[in-house]
Amino acid sequence: MAVSTKNEKRPRIGVVALQGDYAAHLQAIEVAGGDAFPVRTAEDVAGADGLILPGGESTTIGRLMARYGLDTAISEAARQGTPIFGTCAGMILLASRIARGEKQGGQPTLGLMDIGVARNAFGRQVDSFEANIDAPCVTDAPASGQHAEPVRGVFIRAPYIEESGPEVDILARFEDKVVLARQGNLLASAFHPELTGDTRVHRYFLRMIGTSSAEDKNGDE
Amino acid sequence: MADTGTNGTAKNGAAAATAVASDNGAGTTEKATWRVKVGLAEMLKGGVIMDVVNAEQARIAEEAGASAVMALERVPADIRKHGGVARMSDPQMIQEIKAAVTIPVMAKARIGHFVEAQILEALGVDFIDESEVLTPADEQFHINKHNFKVPFVCGCRDLGEALRRIGEGAAMIRTKGEAGTGNVVEAVRHMRSVRAGIRRIQSMDEAELMTEAKNLQAPYDLVLEIHRTGKLPVPNFSAGGVATPADAALMVQLGAEAVFVGSGIFKSGDPAERAKRIVDAVTYADDPQKLVEISTGLGEPMVGIDIRLLDDKELLAARGW
Repeated sequence: MAVSTKNEKRPRIGVVALQGDYAAHLQAIEVAGGDAFPVRTAEDVAGADGLILPGGESTTIGRLMARYGLDTAISEAARQGTPIFGTCAGMILLASRIARGEKQGGQPTLGLMDIGVARNAFGRQVDSFEANIDAPCVTDAPASGQHAEPVRGVFIRAPYIEESGPEVDILARFEDKVVLARQGNLLASAFHPELTGDTRVHRYFLRMIGTSSAEDKNGDE
Repeated sequence: MADTGTNGTAKNGAAAATAVASDNGAGTTEKATWRVKVGLAEMLKGGVIMDVVNAEQARIAEEAGASAVMALERVPADIRKHGGVARMSDPQMIQEIKAAVTIPVMAKARIGHFVEAQILEALGVDFIDESEVLTPADEQFHINKHNFKVPFVCGCRDLGEALRRIGEGAAMIRTKGEAGTGNVVEAVRHMRSVRAGIRRIQSMDEAELMTEAKNLQAPYDLVLEIHRTGKLPVPNFSAGGVATPADAALMVQLGAEAVFVGSGIFKSGDPAERAKRIVDAVTYADDPQKLVEISTGLGEPMVGIDIRLLDDKELLAARGW
């Protein structure tokens, strides 16, 4: 399943390791064909070909990012075109606005993606669920036009995208709710592909590295 | 499709967990699967779960960067001081805390008190701690945690106790330490004991594992799994006695994947600042330079208790079977 053997150089993916399930992402990236390393300081950000904002508590991760200067470093990397993938809490951190479920006193986000996110939008933990998500883009043969089997989406106190700007491509929905979306070099999922052992979403993210956003977007349609 | 679940552990849990429907279902939407329960524990890794007794403390904890709060009526230090039977908190107080914060809210049920657990589940708490800090309701049996949609965390002193709780359906384990003492020595003892137990199983010949399961009084299939993977099948956090950022970092370096802090924060001189520093210390547990900065000028920690001066009857960690 490893797609990396063809590439001489495996992309170096920094997983923001302040709080959350970053270990699961480090593992998923290694399986998907990248070299993964934890990011805890602004200096770590510079060495990454791509970045992952993991699941966890967005308020916790957001505060630590601001306190230790990772917010500016990550925003700068994003402006320079570094692909960034956010899952669940990571999706919230990418968002430019919180449509619902904001904590008292406001929610720190990076504000990179033109999306409005509803937090804990499917309910509390007793409402957390798994479901099959039809995400045609995660096919390993984008050129063939062949669509992928659904991915098993694990939703844990999950958010979804309530509204988004014109630059944002909707890649998957669950019951009409947007749960996977892309805006150029930014990818956001409401569910946790890192918890399933199925690394197709991570491989899709790795394909975003070194390709211009427009190219890959067309290739996947 | 590769569908092995969190760190490849879903198989075991799914075999045992029957919460709502079987795991790996063919395309259906399923709530409360083993993977969803352990998944929340995964999300709490690298974080600090703070004991709070009211909405105001919960807000302070959230602002400080707590990844969850534990709602309870009295922190362990006060339970220790005031005595009496410690029970599940008043639902109204839990509701107020739920309304005040957006991070997960946990609450404690007494060991074996499955009706307290049913009430907490109906209340919509995100995690139930079947906790030795409260007065046990059953001195033989723990709650059958597979019967619930909400995930459970349980305490342990050693590997056998951890595996019995996981066998009953706990989706997260925390080493017990000795709650309400501000003394980390028991937390260290319990974490070292669990880790040593895991290393021991790993180094064994497969033929020795059944006897090891017998000696540990632990489910054989979980012993087999540890032999194969070298780790617990659910996240392993630390609790009981953490009072300083250095204590928290110590537990992380010893193998804790996150830290519960009870009395240590709100029994200290400057709770808001101490809470922040402990959060930072868990993230930068391996970075002594940062720990210098994090530990500097923090004011008074809670007054600790020398465990050796406690009567055996006062030890909370001994509760659990």
